[in-house]
Amino acid sequence: MIHHRDSFLTNVAAQLGRSRNTSVKPERNWKFRPQDKTLSGKTPDELMTVLRDQCRLIHTELIETTSDKLETVLESTVNLYGGGPISLWRDPRFDEFGLGELIRETWPARSVEVNEWDSFRGKANIAEAERANIGITFSDMTLAESGTVVLFSSSDKGRSVSLLPHKYIAIIPKSTIVPRMTQAAQEISRRVQSGETIPSCINFITGPSNSADIEMNLVVGVHGPVKAAYIVVEDR
Amino acid sequence: MAMKIGEGKFKDNVNENMQDTFMRGAVAGAQERLRTRRLDAAEELGNWEEWRSHGEEIRKHVLDNLDYYLHELTENVQKRGGHVFFAETAEDANAYVREVVNSKNGKKIVKAKSMVTEEIGLNQILEEEGCEVIETDLGEYILQLDEHDPPSHIVTPALHKNKEQIRDVFAKKLDYKLTSKPEELALHAREKLRQEFLTADIGITGCNFAVAESGSISLVTNEGNARLVSALPKTQITVMGMERIVPTFEELDVLVSLLTRSAVGQKLTSYITALSGPRQEGDADGPEEFHLVIVDNGRSKILGTEFQSVLQCIRCAACINVCPVYRHIGGHSYNSIYPGPIGAVLTPLLGGYDDFKDLPYASTLCAACTDACPVKIPLHELLHKHRQVIVEKEGRAPISEKLAMKAFGLGAASNPIYGAGSKMASAMMKPFTKNDRISNGPGPLKAWTEIREFPAPNKERFRDWFKDHEKGGSGQ
Repeated sequence: MIHHRDSFLTNVAAQLGRSRNTSVKPERNWKFRPQDKTLSGKTPDELMTVLRDQCRLIHTELIETTSDKLETVLESTVNLYGGGPISLWRDPRFDEFGLGELIRETWPARSVEVNEWDSFRGKANIAEAERANIGITFSDMTLAESGTVVLFSSSDKGRSVSLLPHKYIAIIPKSTIVPRMTQAAQEISRRVQSGETIPSCINFITGPSNSADIEMNLVVGVHGPVKAAYIVVEDR
Repeated sequence: MAMKIGEGKFKDNVNENMQDTFMRGAVAGAQERLRTRRLDAAEELGNWEEWRSHGEEIRKHVLDNLDYYLHELTENVQKRGGHVFFAETAEDANAYVREVVNSKNGKKIVKAKSMVTEEIGLNQILEEEGCEVIETDLGEYILQLDEHDPPSHIVTPALHKNKEQIRDVFAKKLDYKLTSKPEELALHAREKLRQEFLTADIGITGCNFAVAESGSISLVTNEGNARLVSALPKTQITVMGMERIVPTFEELDVLVSLLTRSAVGQKLTSYITALSGPRQEGDADGPEEFHLVIVDNGRSKILGTEFQSVLQCIRCAACINVCPVYRHIGGHSYNSIYPGPIGAVLTPLLGGYDDFKDLPYASTLCAACTDACPVKIPLHELLHKHRQVIVEKEGRAPISEKLAMKAFGLGAASNPIYGAGSKMASAMMKPFTKNDRISNGPGPLKAWTEIREFPAPNKERFRDWFKDHEKGGSGQ
């Protein structure tokens, strides 16, 4: 339902001194496009350096590894963060990157509670994420300039996993790294223009939550996770 | 609380706040840090002026085509299963939100920081309905606990409070027993508020920018509270000023990049969240119902006028962080939830000159605000325009200014009086002069010199010096 749109838009147009236009798409003839030049032409390794430097500024631990060592690295990062309970997306990439055994066998065998997002169980997913010590997701796109992981929500990829647990780990396939928000915005816009339904929630996450509301002192960890780590993995 | 935050007169507010030494120290310190961080972030980008120019052209384009983009936005919100309400006035907006809340039998409401809901006084309306309304931004939460103390800055609302005051508020209201360390205070707020998020019926957010092409709204935060507000309650209501819109995600990128750098010197804040409608089928979190309320409340009257560019504002507070007047008088002196240069321009436009005619005079016209603005709003020129309108069209210049101008007009219009006056000025002002400055002037000068110094008249008049100079004298 849309209420009171006609009178509202007629008034807006009248104030602008013309009749209402809701059908002719305005031309966007920008004179400037500074975003295209920022970090353009960098090689993947150069972007990796940018990301590495940025993570120092956003209180985020960055770990680089190869796909054959990923399982060990993830296991030790989880241990470092105090173990389970763990909350995860239901994401085929966990298996593609060889983490299936760790998630389904190794951790449960050691009594580490692991909860995979399962939309059929509805609200229980939120309660599990709330109880979790660590939330783990993959990054769908990664922005080198700002040190940001972009997460596209879906029925298998709940918003709560990167939000409610005390700590957060993002696994970043190296191929997802792009220069900056510009490339992610272009990709989302391309999907919109081609008629795709974009996710109901797209999160750009840059490190742990923080606040400077008390005397401008930076406090890391407010409503979202209090610690964050990124594990960058060379693609298989 | 609506836009106007008190009944005091501007001058009385200033006098009172100038005595608050903690506030003045806090504001000065915050300005230094935020200003430096913004400059560093801008310098790092290299071509900051080009970014500003692009930001400006995007905002201008959207305002010039606002009817088109509002139409496109709301079509797409509807396609995504959301509801839209266009509100001409604050009352209309509040009535709609109240209706939605009541229809959901909503009792507990969690809110993410939103200036427009402050502007329309939404909390009070909902509290009168018997709802519990909880602000979840840490700064706003502190203010709400402290008997609804008004915000003094649009990005860091509790800037005027020190940590000891905050500890005392927590002790009194939350039975808090720990120290005034910011980490401990924040952790306590986290634990208290987490329970509220999990049990709230309704989430209310503002909107940094809506994206027309997809019907999305975006929220820019560091704490993560806006994510919780939009992920957990069953119903989400988003309230936005009608001008806060971009055509596509490409422009969202540019404006967010300008906003986070200008506000806090960050490349991006911890969370930028783009939400499109309610949860999709199969989603296990996110709201089941989504309402977008688009507020005019006086904005359309600014469109098409010489003040239109003020609607380019992206609420970063960069102008506030460089303003020498704000630095001394603090946010509360402005009597508006919108303080500083942007507030001094916007508040009289939205709230009228009756209550806010003093604000355009709360500026030295130094133009630091204009230089800082990431979307190039000519703030000091707009302040000057306000003064012109107040004097010429409204005929209500401050009385002391009227008297001084009248006296000057009288003196300057008659050659003998001007000559005698300028000859006597130096001698007459001598008792008030110290180091060539007058700091406690008499008569019409009093109002001026109460707040700043006036240069003493030169001992030698220009005309005498010129005569002497023509004759070949040394002349100084």
